[in-house]
This record gives sequence, C-alpha cells and structure tokens, in this order.
Amino acid sequence: MAYALQQLINGITLGMIYGLIAVGYTMVYGIIGMINFAHGDVFMIGAFVGIIVLTALSGVTSVPMGLLAALLLSAALCGLYGFSIERVAYRPLRGSFRLAPLISAIGMSILLENYVQTSQGALERAIPTLIPGGITLMNENGFIVQLSWMQMAIVTVTLVVLAIFTYIVTKTPLGRAMRAVEQDAKMAALLGIDTNRTISYTFIIGSALAAVAGVMFLLYYGVIDFYIGFNAGIKAFTAAVLGGIGSLPGAVLGGLLIGLIEAFWSGYATVAYKDVAVYSILAIVLMFMPTGLLGRNEVEKV
Amino acid sequence: MSARIAILKDAAAVAFMAFLIFGPFLGLQLGDSNAGNLTLSTRPELLALAVVAVFFARLGMLIWQEYRPARLPGTELALKVQESGRFIAPALLVFAVALPLIPGVQNVYIDLGVLIMTYVMLGWGLNIVVGLAGLLDLGYVAFYAVGAYSYALLSTTFNMSFWECLPISGLLAACWGIFLGFPVLRLRGDYLAIVTLAFGEIIRLVITNWVALTGGPNGIDEIPHPTLFGLSFSMAGGPGTFAGFFNILPAPGQRITYLYYIILFLALLTNWVTLRLRKQPLGRAWEALREDEIACRSLGINVRNTKLTAFAIGAMFGGFAGCFFATREGFISPDSFTFIESATVLAIVVLGGAGSQLGIVLAACVMIGVPELLQSLQIYRMLIFGIALVLIMIVRPRGFISKRRPTVLLRPVLRPVQVTEP
Repeated sequence: MAYALQQLINGITLGMIYGLIAVGYTMVYGIIGMINFAHGDVFMIGAFVGIIVLTALSGVTSVPMGLLAALLLSAALCGLYGFSIERVAYRPLRGSFRLAPLISAIGMSILLENYVQTSQGALERAIPTLIPGGITLMNENGFIVQLSWMQMAIVTVTLVVLAIFTYIVTKTPLGRAMRAVEQDAKMAALLGIDTNRTISYTFIIGSALAAVAGVMFLLYYGVIDFYIGFNAGIKAFTAAVLGGIGSLPGAVLGGLLIGLIEAFWSGYATVAYKDVAVYSILAIVLMFMPTGLLGRNEVEKV
Repeated sequence: MSARIAILKDAAAVAFMAFLIFGPFLGLQLGDSNAGNLTLSTRPELLALAVVAVFFARLGMLIWQEYRPARLPGTELALKVQESGRFIAPALLVFAVALPLIPGVQNVYIDLGVLIMTYVMLGWGLNIVVGLAGLLDLGYVAFYAVGAYSYALLSTTFNMSFWECLPISGLLAACWGIFLGFPVLRLRGDYLAIVTLAFGEIIRLVITNWVALTGGPNGIDEIPHPTLFGLSFSMAGGPGTFAGFFNILPAPGQRITYLYYIILFLALLTNWVTLRLRKQPLGRAWEALREDEIACRSLGINVRNTKLTAFAIGAMFGGFAGCFFATREGFISPDSFTFIESATVLAIVVLGGAGSQLGIVLAACVMIGVPELLQSLQIYRMLIFGIALVLIMIVRPRGFISKRRPTVLLRPVLRPVQVTEP
C-alpha cells in the first residue's frame, strides 16, 4: 500500500511534466496537422536555459526568486525559439507535400540537439537539489512514503500553468481564434482571423509550456544533457496520441497515464522495460480506440 | 529608398532576435569549477559572429527576393530530370557495376559505395511502404535490426552461412512486418506514424535489455563474413580461401569488392521487384490505397491484405539489408538501430520524391555520401546534416524528382492529330 502510494506520487509528478509537453504537440497538430518533431528539443532548450539562468543567479538572489526567473526567462526564450522554428522551417512548407514538414521537423530536431551539444558540450550537467526535504505521509513497517516539496512545487506550477493556458484557450480572443483556425483554417481566414499570427502564437505558447516542463524536469532529476529532448519528446508525443491527438485535456490525461504506467511498471516489474510497457499500451489502446482516448471520431466525407 | 530602409530594419530585427536566441547558448558556456559547481564563462566574440552572420544572411535573402530573376519553374526542371532519367539510370547502373573494376579506385571509395548502396536498398524498401502504399512508417529500422540480429544469432549459434541466413532474415523481418501491421490496420496517418515509431523503439529496447540473447549494449561480435561458394576471404590465404583457390595474393580489396557486388545485387533485386510489382494488380492496389482508401474499399480491393503485403515486402527488404549490414560490419549493437536511422531512410525517400526510384539513389548519394566525405568536420557533421535537411526541404519540398509518371496510362492516340499552321 505504502509502496503503491509512493509510486502514485512519483507517477503523477512525471505525468505532469509529460502532459505539459504533450499539450504543445497536440496544439500544433490540431492547428496545422503536422507532427512537430522538434518540440522535444525545445523542451531540452528550456531545461538548458533554466540551468544557465540558475547558474548565473546562484548566490545572487534567493532560491525562489532564482527559480521564478529561470521559469520566466526559459518560457520567454523558448517562445522565441518556437516562433523562429515555425517561421524558418515550417511556414515555407505549409500547404505543400504532407511529408515535407515532417522531414523538416526531424532536421530541425537534429539541428537543435547538435547545436546544444556543440555549444554547451556533450557532458551531463547537474545542479544540486534546490528545494530539499518534504513531508512524510505514511510510515508502513519502515517504508516511508515521502511527498517532497519539489514534487509539490512541480505539480503546483504545472497546474497553475495549465490553468492559465486553459483560460487563454477558452476565454480570450486569441484562444477563440486558435480554436477557429483549428476547426477550419480557410473559413477562419475569411472571417478576418490572421491565421499566420494565430499559428505563430500557438507555437509560442506550446514552446513556453515545453520550457516550463524543461525547467521542472531539471529540478526534478537535477541532471540534463543535450539528448533528453528525444526521449521526452517521444513520450509526450505518445501521450498526445494516447489521449487523442488534437484534444487538449486528452494530452494532459495521456501524460498522466504514461507517467503512472512508467512509475508503476518500474516499481512492480522491471525498470529496463518501462518504455516497452508504455509503447505496448499505446499500441493496444489504439487497436481498440483508433483515435485515442478522447479523440474525436472524424466523419469521413467522400 | 524607403524600401531599402525597410530591408535594413527587417534584417536588424532578425539579427536582434538571433542575439536573443543564440545569447545563452553561444554567448555563455557552462563549465565545471574545481569545487564541482557549475560555472559560466562568456564568449562574446562567437555570439557577435553569429549575430552578424544572421544579419547579413537575412539582408542577402531580402535583396535576393527583391531582385531575383523570374522563378525557375520547378516542375519543368523536374520533368527534364525525369526525362533524362532514361539515360541517367542506365549510366548510373553501368558506373555502379564497373566501379570496383576501375583501376586506381581506392578501397575507401568502394566501401563508401557499399554504404551508399545499403541506404539505397533501405530507401527502395521503405519506398514500397511510404512511397507506394502511402503508409507513414517511422520505425523502419526495426526490420533492419531484425534482419541483422537474425543473421548474427543464426551464424554465431548454429554456424549457418550468409547465404543460408539471407532468406531466413528476410522471412523473419517480413513476419515482424505482418505482426506489426495487424494492430495498425485501422489507424491512419499520424497515428500510424507513432505506432511504427513506438515499435521501432520497442525492438531496440528489447535488444538492449535482453542481454542473455543479444548481448545487450555490448552487441554481438565475430559475425562471419560471407563466403563465395564456400571460399572465404580470409587474409591468411591458403586452401579454402578465395585467394588460395585462384592462386592470387590475398588482399582486403577482394572482400570489399565481393561485399560491394552482394549489396549491388540485393539493391537491384529490390528495385526489380518494386518495378515489377508496380505493373501488377498488387502494386496498383498499393498506389490506389495511397490516393484514396475509401475509394479502394468501395472498388473491392482488400485493404487489409494490401496493407499487410506492403508492410511485409518492405520489411523483407529491410531484413535483407540488415543481414548484409551484420555480415559487412562483423559486429552489431543496438546503437546502430536508433531512430536516427529510420529518420535518415525516410528522409532519403522523401528527398528522392516519394515514389521515384532514381530520386532515391540521388538522395542517398547526397545524404550518405556527402556526410561521409565531411568526416573531418567531426561533431559539426550532424549539425550540418540537420541544417541541410531543413534547407533542402524548403527549397524542394517535393523532393529531387517530384513529377511522378503515372503508372497506368490509357492507350495513347497512335497518330498525333496534325495541326496545320495557317
């Protein structure tokens, strides 16, 4: 029981991070129908900006201020990255052959990985735990269930960010424009929505979310390298598909599910095969629900 | 005048963005202090260089857009390439067959030829799935791995020869193709992409973690090289070896040349099968499936079998290529079967112009040959590879040879209508 509770806590923390990245995937997919393969690498860039800011500010400001600065700067800079990536690599290919943006995105992903590797080195970079300690929830025969402050901070920040994001999508004119473009880009353009600008904002917001996830990842694990984006990106993409690609609550749900599967599989089966479990469950779910858990069943018109 | 100022302003704005974007990565560098803490050092000169480069690149681009000549019609050019393909393809073939026989060609280049040909074969194999049947497969490397490990395990455990294992590897890969094909039959587009990607990762993770069977991350070594009717290409010479049988001095070039002809044969086999299949009902069903699945269904094409055969045949050629890879390298490990391989092969297919056989050859030469020749650039190689991928896609989104000739044509009018000029 205690062990399961601990895995639940770990799984939710991890799932929140995946969910944040998955939202960016699913948003971009919903609005322009392309797999943004470079999204995982934007997450990695976010983590690196975080570590650079934290290193620069260490000893200068207090820890909470440093964290806040890392989050904000990372989100802002990654938004800029997302914007530029879309302008440079995807916009010229909009409306062209279906696979062209995908290959361009894969190229962008390779580019970003190697850009960070060559500029910051291939070594793993570690930071000390910034928020130590936590509260003990349960003590069962010597097995202590811990809810660390860090985990609470991660879940809180994620929930706050998702709340802001939900507000933007559902209540603001920008969100309305985004949903309109997602439903029918041509019609939205006819009704006076600046489609290009809306798509740019989508990339900026999605990348900022990925950056927050990157900083959270950095805080949680304390170690990053230039390659973390690949694995996290694929997991988040899996989460987005599992939840039904294009569906925002689906992305968060998918992320949570994958975090939980990973935590419980590592806890009760083998750590080595946790990713195999995730991918297998994805394949099984899609066999029975071809559009994911919350995906819309699209009516095909002939 | 105001146009010029606008251009300058635009370039300056882009340069400023570049300053922000590159700032933390090029301008600052993480390092380790003696105490084990992270430190930051600055390198303003690199950042300045990057920003200035971006400024002038943007400026040049804007000026080019202003004054560029009338756009070269892309399709016309492609059509010309396509037409000249009649001559290029046989010429390339003759060149490929003759390459090892040309005196003075170093072994390095034959080896490079082997590498390029392997990717040509993989490209042609994946082309059946992606280019013909229109199923987006991001995990093609799984079948490559299945083929490679089949040969490695069969040969090291049961002492089976390359030529015995080749069909078995292909068969096993084809079985995996069908096995993977079943769950994804109902999926379309990008759902298919993620499941195939996941499948590729599953295979790699299983290979990495099943240490008892596959040796895990250490891989399998001492995989035997292929023999020619039982004659090995051992450098020792003597009876039972190629050199001993023909009474010549053993040289490393002999084995490389032999490998070269094996992969040439395998690649040409792939090409031949693809070209034949395209003329048959199965190939036409694939192409129909690519264009419109619902129309296919309503015309009575068995979509399930059509998809599964595409997966199986594509996977089979992947398996052959994997088998060849194992015998060529003599050592395999999971590191050779990462997603980047799938991505490279897919990029070759798309760059070649999805569906064009000749285009894939050209794309493989560019994508594999050029980076190999740039070995001296070391870590910057992959950086350039990524940039090149993005740039090529932007310049030629439909690939090198984008105009596809229809597979089926109505019988052409025999006598062209005479148009009399007044």
